[in-house]
Amino acid sequence: MAGGKEIKSKIGSVKNTQKITSAMEMVAASKMRRAQDSMAASRPYAENMRNVIGHIALGNLEFNHPYMVEREVKRVGYIVVSTDRGLCGGLNINLFKKVLADAGKQQSAGADVEFAVVGSKATAFFNNMGAKITSQISGLGDSPSLTDLIGSVKVMLNAYDNGDIDKLFVVYNKFVNTMTQKPTIDQLLPLPKSDDDAIKHRWDYIYEPDAQALLEQLLVRYTESQVYQGVVENLACEQAARMVAMKAATDNAGDLIDDLQLVYNKARQASITQELGEICAGAAAV
Amino acid sequence: MAILSVNLNVVSAEESLFSGSIESLQITGSEGELGIMPGHAPLLTSLKPGMARIVKKGGEEEIIYLSGGMLEVQPNNVTVLADSAIRGGDLDEEAALQAKERAEQHLNDHGGDVDYAEAASELARAVAQLRVIQASSK
Repeated sequence: MAGGKEIKSKIGSVKNTQKITSAMEMVAASKMRRAQDSMAASRPYAENMRNVIGHIALGNLEFNHPYMVEREVKRVGYIVVSTDRGLCGGLNINLFKKVLADAGKQQSAGADVEFAVVGSKATAFFNNMGAKITSQISGLGDSPSLTDLIGSVKVMLNAYDNGDIDKLFVVYNKFVNTMTQKPTIDQLLPLPKSDDDAIKHRWDYIYEPDAQALLEQLLVRYTESQVYQGVVENLACEQAARMVAMKAATDNAGDLIDDLQLVYNKARQASITQELGEICAGAAAV
Repeated sequence: MAILSVNLNVVSAEESLFSGSIESLQITGSEGELGIMPGHAPLLTSLKPGMARIVKKGGEEEIIYLSGGMLEVQPNNVTVLADSAIRGGDLDEEAALQAKERAEQHLNDHGGDVDYAEAASELARAVAQLRVIQASSK
């Protein structure tokens, strides 16, 4: 029978692939739950922190912190949060496209760009592109800790303090739901202004104990919490995207197996029919 | 018309503990106890280990233990960014007492390798927890 054996072995190999993808789907599903929990836990803190910072940026403060001054933009920094591993659909590439579009806009306005990358996928991508990479960190694992991140955040903050960069963004995938991950670019420095209309008039805080010490403390926590939140969200996105991608791969493998099975059955039936015909013809000849 | 309530958010790095309308808030600032009423002037302060006594709209009280953090007051919005926070009812009195004793022992122990600042802040946290437990069991 023609090609029956080849088709059979092809079916076997697709089945093996299907087993792997369905196992990966289940692993991603269980990891996603944990990642989602830790993301949901730290989200209120990051959001409220952003609100507070928004108010501070609007205020007319007695102490003018360098983080609050809008400078002429000559260099722009991006902290790009990506995944360490692939097989998660278009998650990373969508994010990179968005960064490149934004960076292109900055460049056409006459500003240089540089990147601090988190995750090996971003490292590979921006290295390949020949972009300027200031710092890179990868291998954060499934439960990233703040202490691992501080190093690379610090590099960018120092660059901002020294005037090497005039604007700093953090780029990550925002988790909307399991099916939707939204590439997001948030401005980190100078502090983004809140759009709360109720407090537009001139005002200043009452400080206890001292404006400078307080703001220093708050701003450090602000940058850390925002970058940490970006990393945690991106992790939840990674698992969700991988789950969806692997589910699609498993389904596709199923379709492929069905098609191959049909071809195999047809080939088998054709050979049986042919043999029958040959036997009948032989009998008639006798 | 006097403003009768203000919106309060209490969040720690791990969770959101309170969000809603309140009549007043009593909290431990780094310079001393603070009482925040609706319509308070903008205020920014750091917090010491201590308790936050929240009077919700309608007069009901809620007590939360804070290990420190920041407080921001806007006329229409109050935000507490806590390092870590525990609801009064969830605190463990036994554990707090033990922590207090341990910290006191460390302070009285005149060995060379005792980190004085560490032990002192440990003690402050334990005492604050005990205060919260007392206040919430009243």
